[in-house]
Amino acid sequence: MSDARFTVLDTIRRQLAADPDIKPELAESPEAAYARIPRDYQRAAALDHEEILELFYDRLRDYDSELIFTDEAGIPAAIAQAMRDAGETLLLVPTGVPQSWLPTQGLGILRDEQLTTSALEQPRCVLTGCTVCVAMSGTIVLEHGAEQGRRAATLLPDHHLCIIRRDQVVETLAEALGRLTHLTAPITTIAGPSATSDIEMTRIRGVHGPRRLTAIIL
Amino acid sequence: MSVRVGHTAEKSAFPILAHEILKDQQTRRNVRHATDVIRAKRALRVEEMPDWQELRTAAHAIKTHTLLHLPHYLQQFEKNCIAAGGQVHWARDADEANAIAIRLIQAAAKKQGTSIAEVIKVKTMTSDEIGMNSALEKNNITPWETDLADMIVQMGNDEPSHIVVPALHKNRHQVRELFLEHMKLTELGTEAEDLTQAARHYLRKKFLEVGIGISGANFAIAETGSICVVESEGNGRMCVTMPQTLISLVGIEKVIPKFQDLEVFLQLLPRSATGERMNPYNSIWTGVEPGDGPQEFHVILLDNGRTRMMANVRERETLNCIRCGACLNVCPVYRETGGHAYGSIYSGPIGAILSPQLNGMQHSRSLPYASSLCGACYEVCPVKINIPETLIHLRGKVVEQDQNSITGMFSQEGMGMKMAAHLFEHPRQYEAAQRLARTGQGLFEKDGKLVNLPGMAAGWTQFRDLRALPQQTFREWWKQNKRNKA
Ligand code: SF4
Repeated sequence: MSDARFTVLDTIRRQLAADPDIKPELAESPEAAYARIPRDYQRAAALDHEEILELFYDRLRDYDSELIFTDEAGIPAAIAQAMRDAGETLLLVPTGVPQSWLPTQGLGILRDEQLTTSALEQPRCVLTGCTVCVAMSGTIVLEHGAEQGRRAATLLPDHHLCIIRRDQVVETLAEALGRLTHLTAPITTIAGPSATSDIEMTRIRGVHGPRRLTAIIL
Repeated sequence: MSVRVGHTAEKSAFPILAHEILKDQQTRRNVRHATDVIRAKRALRVEEMPDWQELRTAAHAIKTHTLLHLPHYLQQFEKNCIAAGGQVHWARDADEANAIAIRLIQAAAKKQGTSIAEVIKVKTMTSDEIGMNSALEKNNITPWETDLADMIVQMGNDEPSHIVVPALHKNRHQVRELFLEHMKLTELGTEAEDLTQAARHYLRKKFLEVGIGISGANFAIAETGSICVVESEGNGRMCVTMPQTLISLVGIEKVIPKFQDLEVFLQLLPRSATGERMNPYNSIWTGVEPGDGPQEFHVILLDNGRTRMMANVRERETLNCIRCGACLNVCPVYRETGGHAYGSIYSGPIGAILSPQLNGMQHSRSLPYASSLCGACYEVCPVKINIPETLIHLRGKVVEQDQNSITGMFSQEGMGMKMAAHLFEHPRQYEAAQRLARTGQGLFEKDGKLVNLPGMAAGWTQFRDLRALPQQTFREWWKQNKRNKA
C-alpha cells in the first residue's frame, strides 16, 4: 500500500516537473502562492442587521419553514405551541439543552443520553440550538456541540425545532464559516427540508431527512 | 496499472452509440425536459449573484494552485485525517481501490458479526468510475445505492446518464415499473411524490441496520483532514452518520487547501448543479468523533489515471472539475443524445475531455469530437475549465497518436493527410490533382452540391452538404485574365 502512496506522489512530482511553464510557481512555498489567490467576491456583509434578518426570514419561509418570534423567557411557550400545532407530545432533547428552554408540563421530554438507534426513532420532534445562520441562502449551521446534539439526533426525527438568536444570523457564507471555532467537529449545514428532483425534475420536499423545520427566533 | 473508467473499454464510439439513441424518442424527450428545467433554475440563481464571475475566478485559482502543490496538500490531508482517528489508503487504479474496499468491508462485517456483508452507498461517481458495485458483488457484498436516482439506475441494471441526476433519462412511469418490481409492491401511485415516499420507506430499514457506509467526497480539506459531502435527500447524512464503519473514496483532485475555501465552492456548486442557493444538506466531518457517528473511518485516495493528466496545463485543468453537471445541461450535443451515447459514466462536455484522458487516450477516443465547440460549457463552468480549448488539444493528441501507429500510418485519413501535405508543397501536382477531382466529382454532384461521397468522406456528406469544386480555380482565372489584360 505504501508502494501506491509513493508511486502516486512521485508521479505527480515528475509530471509537474515536466511542464516548463510552471517552474517558478513550483519553486514557491504553497503558503506564499496561496496568499495570492484573488478573492474579489463578496465576503463581508453589505446590508445592515435588520435587513439581513429580513432576508433570512424570507429565505426560511421560501423553504416552507415555520417561524416563531419570542425572547429567552418565551422559549418554553413557543416550544409548547409548536408541538401543539404539530399534534406532537414527545420531544427529543440533546443533553446540553438548558432546562430553562423546556416547557414544564404537557410534553414528554426524552434526553438523548446515548440512546440506541431504535430509541432515537421514537420521537418525531427534536429541539436544538445552532451555531450560525447564513441569510443569503437560508442556511443553518450545526457544529453538533452540547445544545445541538449528535448528528443522528437531528436526522432521524421528522420535525426539527431550532432555537436561533438574532445575533447568530450573518449575511454571507464566508462570515458564517469564519465564526466556526471547532473546525474538526462534525458540521452539518441545513437549508430547508430534505428534497429531491430526481424524478422528472419535480421537486419533492421530504425524502430521508427531516421534513419540517420550526425556527424559534430570539 | 489497470486504469478503468466504468465499462469504456467495451463501448462503441460516440457516432455509433449516438445513432442508436437518436432513434429513441422517449429518452430524448426526457433528457430535453430535464436539462431545460435545470438550465432555467441555474440561470435564475446565477443572475442574482453580482459576484459570480469573481467567485469563478477564485475557484479556478484555488484549484489551479492546489494541483501545482498537490503532493503537499495530499500529505497534509493525510496527516490531519490520521491525527483525527481516520485511516488513509492509497490506490493507483480501479482494481487496487476495489481490493482495499473489499478488504475493509469484509473485516468490518466480521467485527460487526454480520454473516451477510452489505453496504449503504451515497452517490459517488468515483465508485461508478472504478466499477465498485460489480467488484463488491463478485465478492458477495451487496451494495445498496441510496440516492434516489442511483437507486433507479441500479434497479434498472442501467448506467448513469448524467453526473448529477443520473436517472434523468427515465420518466416516472418507467421508475414506477422498477419500484413495483424491486420493492415487491402491489400498489404504488404514479406521482413523483408517491415514488419518493416509497423510496423513503424502502430505505429506512437499511439506513438503521446496515453497519457499513460508502461515500465519495465533494471536497477533502487539507488544513483539517475533513471530508465534505454535498447532497439534498438526507441519504448522505444517513450513510455518513448511522453505520459503525465508513469508507470514503476520494479522487486525489478533490483536495482543497483550507476550510475557509468552502466559502467559494459551496456557493458555486449548488447554484450550478441544481439551481439552488444552497443544497439542503452539507456534511463535513473529520476522522472519528467519539460518541457521534462511525467509530471507524477510512479514506481511499484514488489516482486511476489522474496523475497522467498533470504535465500539461490543458490536461491538468480538467482536474478542476467539481462535477456540477452545468456543462451537460447547456451542451447542444448532450441535449440531443443524453449521457449514454458517450459510452462512459462521465458524459457531456466534461466527459468528452475527462474520459479519454483518464483512459490514457486508449478508450473514448471519439469523444473529443463529440462537440460543436460552441463554448457554452466554458461559459457556465463554475471552475472555468476551458473545455473547447481542451477538446482541440485532445483532438490533436488523437491525430498524433494515430499518425504514429502502424495502422494510422496506412489509414485512409493518415494517407490522405500525407498526400495533402505533399501536394501543398508541390504547386504543379496540386493543380493537376484539382483538375482530376473536378472530373471525378461529376459522379456525386447534384445541384452544385456533393452528395453520398464514398469512403472516408461519407461521414461528412451523410448529414451535411459539401459544395462542389468550381469549374475554375482562382489561380486558373488569374492566369487567364492576367494574360487577357496584357
Ligand atoms: S466541467 Fe465545469 S461545468 Fe462541467 S461538470 Fe465540471 S465543474 Fe461543472
